[in-house]
Amino acid sequence: MALRAQTGPYFGEFGGRFVPESLVAALDELSEAYSLAKLDPAFGDELADLGRNYTGRPSIITEVPRFAEHAGGARVILKREDLNHTGSHKINNVLGQALLTKRIGKQRVIAETGAGQHGVATATAAALFGLDCTIYMGQVDTERQALNVARMRLLGAEVVAVKTGSRTLKDAINDAMRDWVTNVETTNYIFGTVAGPHPFPEMVRDFQKIIGEEARQQVLDLTGALPTAVAACVGGGSNAIGIFHAFLDDADVALYGFEAGGEGVETPRHAATISKGRPGVLHGARSYLLQDEDGQTIESHSISAGLDYPGVGPEHSWLAALGRATYRAVTDDAAMQALRLLTRSEGIIPAIESAHALAGALELGTELGPDATILVNLSGRGDKDMDTAARYFGLYDGGEQ
Amino acid sequence: MRNVGEVIARRNEESAGALIGYLPVGFPTLDASVDAAVALVENGVDVLELGLPYSDPVMDGTVIQAATQEALANGFRLAHGFEAVRRVTERVDAPVLLMTYWNPVVQYGVDRFADDLAAAGGAGLITPDLIPDEAADWIAASERTGLDRVFLAAPTSTDARLRQTIDASRGFVYAVSTMGITGARTDVDRAARTLVGRLRGAGATASCVGVGISTAAQVAEVLEYAEGAIVGSALVKALADGGVDAAGALAAELARGTARQ
Ligand SMILES: Cc1ncc(COP(=O)(O)O)c(C=O)c1O
Repeated sequence: MALRAQTGPYFGEFGGRFVPESLVAALDELSEAYSLAKLDPAFGDELADLGRNYTGRPSIITEVPRFAEHAGGARVILKREDLNHTGSHKINNVLGQALLTKRIGKQRVIAETGAGQHGVATATAAALFGLDCTIYMGQVDTERQALNVARMRLLGAEVVAVKTGSRTLKDAINDAMRDWVTNVETTNYIFGTVAGPHPFPEMVRDFQKIIGEEARQQVLDLTGALPTAVAACVGGGSNAIGIFHAFLDDADVALYGFEAGGEGVETPRHAATISKGRPGVLHGARSYLLQDEDGQTIESHSISAGLDYPGVGPEHSWLAALGRATYRAVTDDAAMQALRLLTRSEGIIPAIESAHALAGALELGTELGPDATILVNLSGRGDKDMDTAARYFGLYDGGEQ
Repeated sequence: MRNVGEVIARRNEESAGALIGYLPVGFPTLDASVDAAVALVENGVDVLELGLPYSDPVMDGTVIQAATQEALANGFRLAHGFEAVRRVTERVDAPVLLMTYWNPVVQYGVDRFADDLAAAGGAGLITPDLIPDEAADWIAASERTGLDRVFLAAPTSTDARLRQTIDASRGFVYAVSTMGITGARTDVDRAARTLVGRLRGAGATASCVGVGISTAAQVAEVLEYAEGAIVGSALVKALADGGVDAAGALAAELARGTARQ
């Protein structure tokens, strides 16, 4: 079977629905609504129309030769999801799930967010469709992504700062799930990545796979060939699966996911889930996760809020187990250097999440050499990260770190 | 008598039904959690449900979250769960179930977990984030060891799912009283009465209602239609605020709700 044809609930030994019984009816309802929507051309048309006239799809590709000089001479091409309305790939998924919410007939949506990009996208869709919206965000993240908190509130969403556990994305998901269990009859949960219980990994992937479908053709048109390698950052894995999916059955195209290496994978402070974790159950699915011997989740660390998550989507665990995709870690510092390099060499300020993929591409370029073409998913723009970057590089007092 | 099903049946013959009490292992300390569990039984709790603290307890409200986070911060390890079961069953006769999220069992090894729980004298597991659809390993391990399996039923569960839950469960079925997470509520949902009626219609012989019960009056109300009433957050709060004596006193008070009306 073609790898692209794989659907949930299981991706090999990964996936499933490890949830309280109270959520099963809602997950069944969502699966059912999604299956019907998939078969309904009107749904696809409406989503495509929103993509064109609201998000700005197709997003362009940009070749970045000045950046590529630092990548062993390989050609580097960026897929510009940073140019989407709201500033990242997250909007692709949110619009799909918001349309489904309308079909199911619920009036309230909730979401978790790490970097705030999924929260902003959800608040945006809620404004567009007239839905009530509550966003759960770890308190640590509300501080480091304060701009996005303001955006969500301006858009009319209630933002709840989650103060339990590590006060980051994993705890925001816990609180969003608690809200959903309590309010499931009125509320739809718009999940932000390809993790969580079925149908989320499959459904979010389907809403994101347009990234790779467009990029595959765009690279063919530009270079006359498929890329040698495709690179993306991996938090929960939605932008990565989004750009990988169209290439899954192109055996000659190497797929690389770059996880957050934090202060180094040899330290305890990282979020390199596939590189350093082992299979287990978290947030409704069996997948790789960072955990101790007793199965307690280990708190992750990354300078990038969107990658600061100790789990990963089950389809990535499956691709890793099959050897179809390779997962590596990129440290905070390597990502920040890549962020500055792209900014200075090409005038494009990436999100810190996406900068992990850029750092990975620099490394890949040196390995693959000048004949290689590397397609990088630039999943988001860096506006939200200016405070972190300014502190990191000492820009507030004029000096450099 | 250690058999959960038999204890619940006996209590339904001699009184209005069974009182099931929840406390987390290791809160506020391992020793105090064992003493508190013993105090619950000495004050009229019929079946104990000991919770294993977990980093991501999505079914729990703030009271139990705070207690289990404290237990983890104090160094709770899975081995303490088996130790607590052993120490409690040495001191009192009530059957002891462990309530645990699924990942710790997976990491310990499902078969090894079942063997160690049985060896410690435990009666079985309540699994809040494991539905029968995903439970093949646990069903096999509990068949082999004779442990009880308590799955949850919710007001939104379809009839087909209720039947599946009843078939998969042994000991009792945990009827979630309301849509929500653990935590005391002022009135236990009328949804619970409907759910228990549906469970009985689908063939359940023992349904115990949990989530939101905190007073003797609520226990009495639930036991009008269910075989057991489960109290968690209220006992944890009593233990947190007033120590072992307060938890025992609340258990005695709640046990009054089991008297036949
Ligand atoms: C720009 C950007 N890229 C990547 C991610 C990571 O998520 P995922 O791995 O699901 O793409 C985020 C998450 O917030 C993000 O904002």
